[in-house]
Amino acid sequence: MARRYDTRTTIFSPEGRLYQVEYAMEAISQAGTALGILAKDGIVIVAEKKVTSKLLESTTTSEKVYLLNDNVICGVAGMTADANILINYSRQVAQQYLLSYGEDIPVEQLVQRLCDLKQGYTQYGGLRPYGVSFIYAGYDSHHQFQLYHSDPSGNYGGWKATCIGANNASAQSLLKQDYKDEITLHESKLLALKVLSKTMDTTTLTSDKLEFATLHLNAEGKVVHQFYKSEEIDVLIKEHNEKKSNEED
Amino acid sequence: MECLFGLVGKDFAITVSDATSIQSIVVMKHTEDKSRNLNKHIIMLYAGEPGDTVNFAEYIQRNVRFYEIKNGIELSPQAAAKFTRRQVAESLRSRQPYSVNLLIAGYDVKTEASQLYWIDYLGSLIEIPFAAHGYGAYYVTSVLDRYYYPQISLDEAKVLIKKCIDELKTRFFINLSNFKIKVSNKDGIQEIVL
Repeated sequence: MARRYDTRTTIFSPEGRLYQVEYAMEAISQAGTALGILAKDGIVIVAEKKVTSKLLESTTTSEKVYLLNDNVICGVAGMTADANILINYSRQVAQQYLLSYGEDIPVEQLVQRLCDLKQGYTQYGGLRPYGVSFIYAGYDSHHQFQLYHSDPSGNYGGWKATCIGANNASAQSLLKQDYKDEITLHESKLLALKVLSKTMDTTTLTSDKLEFATLHLNAEGKVVHQFYKSEEIDVLIKEHNEKKSNEED
Repeated sequence: MECLFGLVGKDFAITVSDATSIQSIVVMKHTEDKSRNLNKHIIMLYAGEPGDTVNFAEYIQRNVRFYEIKNGIELSPQAAAKFTRRQVAESLRSRQPYSVNLLIAGYDVKTEASQLYWIDYLGSLIEIPFAAHGYGAYYVTSVLDRYYYPQISLDEAKVLIKKCIDELKTRFFINLSNFKIKVSNKDGIQEIVL
């Protein structure tokens, strides 16, 4: 019976649900965690890599954190192949805006354009919706630093700290507990590691399982992004471990 | 036969447009407004083929307003100018291009600075401290060249504008009797009389 409403992405079930869209969101909550924290002087995005192998050439491509425009980076949870399509689309949108207005696209507009595309699959159909959720970290002159989250239904929202992927509910409640409005970028980096260390399956954090990126202002007040190398992540993990052992003492 | 010009000062931009509407050899009107406010801080002056001008100006004005309603934020003078230039350039490559010359002046609330953009019907755009369009440009440019300086105050700018208009009245063979003068600063746009 239920299957009657499963097959099409655009047909409501008698309870008023769109099953394919819900399944897409379910698929995402199995995927590697990605979380973002908005600080007053920047934003951090951290993601857990699921595919790790000694044989994998990990330095060549990033798997979960991408640059969308000079002022926007994003973290991905879900199907990486779907994400690549959407990332390419949003980079195009951002460049089109730059062509039209000679300025970087305001963050919310970029998020909105991507969500319009995702929404299309819940109404006009296709074979299946995009199985990806995003966390966007962006900066513009209108609202300064902003953190957004979007899901396969095309909904989006602004957050101070949010999490997508596996264990997102427990990560979210940890963030709720520890987030302070006056948090600094550095504190938020450590908070991100603390949350991930508790929600990830492995007991010890290692840099080869993480992707780490920040968005902040440089000395001239221009927005810059930084994708961390594994040595830089190791430094942070070390600091996180020391802080943790101090707290336990 | 028209004349548009403007300049930017420390924290304001001032624009002048002649108010004469000419059809063939007949002066139809002395009170034509050749400007549109794109938003609270951006003034657009236009000259060129009558009909084209108003049509194009209103198209830009409505599109800037649409952007602001849709996105809930104001367009900066620079974004508005770049957008307008693009529309001119696209129209130029269509079957019936608009024949419009424009000046866009405004105060940017974000950077707290004023800008002036000169755009012609071929779609070229430059940001400059002072600019002019039309035959009047031949007279006005030299006066501005001689007396303009960066960081000029509003009172000094008014005196300079007066000089330009006087030059037009003595040297230009067409009698441009009336001018509309607008100032854009942090408080918005006001029309002033010298």
